[in-house]
Amino acid sequence: MSTLQETVSDPAAPTTDTPVGKSATLGRAASLIMLVALLIVPFFVRNFIIFQLTMLLIYGIAVLALNILTGGSGQFSLGQSAFYAVGAYAAAILIEHGGVNYALTLPIAGVICFIFGFLFGFPALRLSGIYLALATFALAVAMPQLLKLGVFEHWTGGVQGLVVTKPDAPFGLPMSQDMWLYYFTLVVSLLIYLASVNLLRSRSGRAMMAIRDNEIAAAAMGVDVSMYKTLAFGVSAGITGVAGALGAIAVQFVAPDSYTFQLAIALFLGMVVGGVGWLPGSLAGAAFIVFVPNIAEGISKGLSGAFFGILLFVVIYLVPHGARQGAIIAESLFNKLRRS
Amino acid sequence: MELFVNQVLAGIATGAIYACMALAIVMIFQAIDHLNFAQGEMAMFSTFIAWQLMQWGVPYWWAFLLTLIISFAAGVAIERLLFKPLAKAPILTNVAGFIALFAIVNSVAGLVWDFTIKQFPTPFGSSPFLGSQLISTHQAGMIGVTLVLLLLLFVFFRFTRIGLAMRAAATLPESARLVGINTGWMIALGWGMASAIGAIAGILIAPVVFLEPNMMGGVLLYGFAAAVLGGLSSPLGAVLGGFLVGVFENLVGTYIPGVGNELKLPIALALIVIVLVVKPTGLMGHTVVKRV
Repeated sequence: MSTLQETVSDPAAPTTDTPVGKSATLGRAASLIMLVALLIVPFFVRNFIIFQLTMLLIYGIAVLALNILTGGSGQFSLGQSAFYAVGAYAAAILIEHGGVNYALTLPIAGVICFIFGFLFGFPALRLSGIYLALATFALAVAMPQLLKLGVFEHWTGGVQGLVVTKPDAPFGLPMSQDMWLYYFTLVVSLLIYLASVNLLRSRSGRAMMAIRDNEIAAAAMGVDVSMYKTLAFGVSAGITGVAGALGAIAVQFVAPDSYTFQLAIALFLGMVVGGVGWLPGSLAGAAFIVFVPNIAEGISKGLSGAFFGILLFVVIYLVPHGARQGAIIAESLFNKLRRS
Repeated sequence: MELFVNQVLAGIATGAIYACMALAIVMIFQAIDHLNFAQGEMAMFSTFIAWQLMQWGVPYWWAFLLTLIISFAAGVAIERLLFKPLAKAPILTNVAGFIALFAIVNSVAGLVWDFTIKQFPTPFGSSPFLGSQLISTHQAGMIGVTLVLLLLLFVFFRFTRIGLAMRAAATLPESARLVGINTGWMIALGWGMASAIGAIAGILIAPVVFLEPNMMGGVLLYGFAAAVLGGLSSPLGAVLGGFLVGVFENLVGTYIPGVGNELKLPIALALIVIVLVVKPTGLMGHTVVKRV
C-alpha cells in the first residue's frame, strides 16, 4: 500500500514564489488573529454555543492526534474512537470513583492511552495500509462492547455509563461553568498544539516523516523504524486520550455508545478536510465535523445524510488537499493583492 | 461433535453472504486499488431497485437481469461523474468521497423506500436442503451462485483480452497506457462490474437479512474482513475468507462462554487481525515488492 504514503507526503500545491520570511509572517499573523478570535468570542455568544466551541476544540485535539499518526508517520487508523473512549472513561472513573481533581485526570488519561496505544502499535508494526485500517477498525468496533462487559460494570456503569460533574470556575472567577471549561480547553489545546508542532520539527518528527515518505529508505538511513512507528501510535493515542478526557468533562457523561466507530470515521473526515499532515488544519476539520451535520439537518431533516454527503463532496472537489490548500490559495491571493 | 458439525454448516451458510460481498469488494479493489466503503450501500440500493421492479409486476429473473444492467450503468456513471474528477486527489480524499457516497445513498434510500423491513422473495425456495435443518435451499443456492460467480470472474480475468487489460491497468497504469489500454475506462468498467456483483450479493442476501436501508451495515464489515483475510487481490481468497469468517463467528459464539451476539463481531475481527499479523498479505494474497 505504498500509494497511501505517497499521497500523504504529496505537497499540496505548488507554492508561490514569495520569500519564506514573508509567508511565515503571514502565517503567524493569521494564527494570531485566530487566537484572538478564539479568546474573545465566548463573551459574545450564548452558553450553548460556548459548549459547541469547546467541543470544536476537543475534536480539534483529536483530529490533530490522528494527523500526527497519519500525516506524521504515514500510518492509517480508523480506531481513534477507542483511544478517545479510554481517555474519557479514565477521566470519568477517576473523577467519580477516585475523587481526583478534573485537571489532574487529563495527564493520567494521556499516560494510560499512551501506554495503550504504544502496546497496540506493536502488532500494528506488521501491518500497513488497508490491513492496518482493518486492525484499528476492529479495535474501534470492539471498544463499546468491551466497555459494556459485566466484569467492569462496577467501574464503568455498564450500558448506562457514568455521569460526570462539571467543574466550577476556580478562585471565584465570575464565569459560567461553560465559559471556564472553554478557556480551560483552549489552554490545553494550545499547549498540545505547540508541543505537537515542536515534536514534528524535532529529530523524532523528522524520523517519523522519513518513515512516512519511504520506510525502506528510512531504515537504510539508520532510523529505528519500529521504535518511531510505535512511538507515533503512542503519542497519537495519548493526545486522543486527553481529548477524550476533556470530552467526558464537557459532555458530563460517558456511555459506551457515544464512542462507536462513527466517531473514528468523523475524526478521519476531519483530518481529510483539514489537510493531511497540516496541523493548523485540524481546527478547520473539527469545525467541519461539529457544524456541518447540524447544517445538513437544518436544510432537510429527512435527507440530512444526503446533504452531509453533498457538502462533503463539495469540499473535496474544491480543495482535494483540505484546508491546507485553501490556506495556500488565500496566501497567493493576498500576495497578488499586495503586488498590484 | 454433532454440535460442532452443525455449527460449521450454519457458519458456511452465513459465510456465503460474506463471500458474495467480499467478491464485490475484491472486484473494486482490483480496479481502483482501494476499498469502497459505499459498496454495501450501493448493493442495498440495487436490491431496492429489484424489489421495486417486482412490485411493478416484473417477473423475478427479468427483474434480476434489469437490476444487473441498471447497477452496472449506475456504477459506471458514479465513477465518471463523481470519482473521475478526484482521480488526481490523494487517496485519503477519495476515501472521504466514499464515505460521502455512503451517506447520500443511505439517506436517499431511506427517503424513497422508508426504513420499514421488507420481505424479499427467493427463487430457490426456503425448504430444508437435503434434509438438513441448518441449510435451506436458498442458502445452498446462494453458495452455488457465489461459486459460479467466482468461476466466471476467474475466466474473465484469466482468459479474456479485456480482463487482461483490466489487470494491467490496475497493476501498472503507466505501462498499460503505453501499450494502448484506456486505463480511465478500465476503472469505470471495474466500478460497473463491482456494482453489478454487489447487486447480485444484495439480491441473494435480502431474503435472509430482510430488505431495509441499513441491511448492509454488518454484512459490509464482515465482507471487508473476509476480503482482507483472503488477500485483497484474490477472488478465490475472498470467497474462502467469507466462509472462514462465517464459520469463525459461529464457533466463537458457541464455544467461548459469555460471548453474546454483541461480542461475536469484535472477536471474529480480532482473530482476523491475528491471522494478518502472522501473514500480513492475507491467506491468498501475494506480497507486493516495492522499489525504493
